[in-house]
Amino acid sequence: METSRYLLSILVDNEPGVLSRIAGLFSGRGFNIDSLSVATTDEPDVSRITMATTCDAQIIEQIKKQLHKLINVITVNDLTEKKYVERQLALVKVHAKPEKRAEILRIVDIFRCRVVDVGHSHYTIEISGDSGKHQAFLSLLKPMGIIEIASTGAIALAREMGK
Amino acid sequence: MKLTGAQILIKMIKAQGVDTIFGYPGGATIDIHDEIVRHNDLRHILVRHEQGAVHAADAYSRAHKTTGVALVTSGPGATNTVTGIASAHADSIPMVVFCGQVPTGLIGNDAFQEVDIVGITRPCTKHNYLVKDPEKLAATIQEAFYIARSGRPGPVLVDLPKDIIQAEIDFQMPEEPKLRSYKPNYTPNKKQIAKVVEMIKDARRPVIFAGGGVILSRASEEITRLATMARIPVTTSLMGLGAFPGTDPLWLGMLGMHGTFRANMSIGHCDLIIAVGVRFDDRVTGNIAKFAPHAAIIQIDIDPTSIHKNIPVQCPIVGDCKTTLEHILFLMEKQDPKDLAVDRQPWLDQIDQWKQTTPLKYDQKADIIKPQFVVEKLWEITKGEAIITTEVGQNQMWAAQYYHFDRPNHFITSGGLGVMGFGLPAAIGAKAACPDKLVVDVAGDGSIQMNIQELMTAVENCLDVKIVILNNRYLGMVRQWQEFFYNKAYACTNMESAPDFVKLADAYGATGFRCTEPACVEDTLRKGLATPGTVIMDFVVEREESVYPMVPAGGALTEMLLV
Ligand SMILES: Cc1ncc(C[n+]2csc(CCOP(=O)(O)OP(=O)(O)O)c2C)c(N)n1
Ligand SMILES: [Mg+2]
Repeated sequence: METSRYLLSILVDNEPGVLSRIAGLFSGRGFNIDSLSVATTDEPDVSRITMATTCDAQIIEQIKKQLHKLINVITVNDLTEKKYVERQLALVKVHAKPEKRAEILRIVDIFRCRVVDVGHSHYTIEISGDSGKHQAFLSLLKPMGIIEIASTGAIALAREMGK
Repeated sequence: MKLTGAQILIKMIKAQGVDTIFGYPGGATIDIHDEIVRHNDLRHILVRHEQGAVHAADAYSRAHKTTGVALVTSGPGATNTVTGIASAHADSIPMVVFCGQVPTGLIGNDAFQEVDIVGITRPCTKHNYLVKDPEKLAATIQEAFYIARSGRPGPVLVDLPKDIIQAEIDFQMPEEPKLRSYKPNYTPNKKQIAKVVEMIKDARRPVIFAGGGVILSRASEEITRLATMARIPVTTSLMGLGAFPGTDPLWLGMLGMHGTFRANMSIGHCDLIIAVGVRFDDRVTGNIAKFAPHAAIIQIDIDPTSIHKNIPVQCPIVGDCKTTLEHILFLMEKQDPKDLAVDRQPWLDQIDQWKQTTPLKYDQKADIIKPQFVVEKLWEITKGEAIITTEVGQNQMWAAQYYHFDRPNHFITSGGLGVMGFGLPAAIGAKAACPDKLVVDVAGDGSIQMNIQELMTAVENCLDVKIVILNNRYLGMVRQWQEFFYNKAYACTNMESAPDFVKLADAYGATGFRCTEPACVEDTLRKGLATPGTVIMDFVVEREESVYPMVPAGGALTEMLLV
């Protein structure tokens, strides 16, 4: 079966062990997690988990149902079926030789990123956007020599319809 | 009112209608055990190994229909429960396991007899808790019982640190649990119900396939009415045995790897399967790609994850089996009966022909006892009224095939996990739940040795169970696979070195009988069943008998090895 990327937004009880229940569900059943991001919401006893996974249509059905079956999971929202905004934050440390600096800054400008740390021979750049933007950005920076990357998982919210 | 944690625990357990706890003490549970013995209306059965406590609680749930409870100490006491919990999880049996734990201040310090039992049992419980605040103890216990028995039932574990148990707090009976993240759906979708009735009317060769879910939701009566009303033959999974009378003409026998010829053939040729409370385990489907090639499938289950998991279905219905069947029956009763069983006779004739040509069979000769014969005689003598527990292996399959279960909750087996050593503690749990019932463990010579220590529990507590050992001096089911698929290389399955089970019974204060001749089988059974107290009947049977039919793993259901 054909696989594609799914983005799930999951509200859970903010309790110890909940993340382990979810991680255990995925490892125990051989499901894959591409990225994961967890933080509390405006309600202190509720956390939102945003999870990206790549699988086929039958597996994503099972994943959603199995997640829902966990006692601490309140809602499972499949954003893939909806319109949503997605963001992911990354810090990218790249070699910045004098002759390359202008080009790097031009790329930074085009992608509306920011240079957040400058050294004698490197820049650290902050980028925020969906995963497509990240990929495009990294492919342009790659020839300059990427030293290291730290990236969050995707976070996302459904768009409000109507009005 | 100030109560200790231990007092609260006992109060909350009793409030659930539980009258028996299966347990084993240790440093972390002394306070609880100290409290238990002060309650005349709560019996503590001291098992001889914690695994026994959990299997007994499992069977108590199944036979008694209230939630079984096990109570063990921290560390090794807790880890000894894992197999029993995993078995109950696989079979969706409601149960609450309480474990002692080191005091909260020591948790995480690798204290003496500390294990992270909540972490260990996360994947094999329906849910579990570590109680860290004495104020939450009562509500947590109540929630544990509620989760264990609602929706798709399952085992719940509650880990109780010693300081929580010793704490003194103001007790108030908690409100009924209300969880925003857990709301099982019992009521089926109306539109789907209408579709079911249409599908039944359109079907010419329908089959009902019932599973453990029917037993759990107590829907046997509804299954029987549905079958009778539309003349639909019925098969069940191992866990579903007893959901439909095993002596009814519409009964097909069990389905699957050791299912009857006619049940497996019916699935291969039917045009509609009404699957109720089943999860399409691989032991029942055989090769998935070749399962029921001509059939549309209706699947009714309380657990949405059971639907579309292994098999695509045309009409999924999420709902309680009993409630859903009631809705279906209500609509069916309004139909013209003629429309419900159109052209059924050719289908029933076909099934009858399969039954006549290829029945379950064995050949009882004069010299050596056939294990099937023992089970069939047991069925005759007990008029099918005993509660049968089993061990695992050939003994389990022969019990399933030859004790023609007519009623639910009378067949208690470790179905999903297949735990050797289940049958004896399970028999003890069933007997504790139903003291007026005859309880028989149909056992293998290998399995019975896995929890043999529980003989003492049975004898001490006058929980008279009868153990029928089908003694083939082999790990028979494994030997059978070696015979069929490994060139008869019987590696590590010979069990000729075995205790003398008659003397062993005697050593424990039970009674033992041995039977080596076919002519004595009936006599031994009658004598053994009539002897008061716990009894072992050791039937020395044909060593290399195999269970037939057999669908080799990965084969299509209709491609059976036959005698
Ligand atoms: C705890 C456990 N260990 C191993 C097995 C694998 N196993 C399944 S059936 C079987 C043989 C059981 O032998 P016995 O109890 O003598 O029953 P028989 O098949 O001979 O009737 C074994 C070893 C198991 N199911 N459970
Ligand atoms: Mg054996």
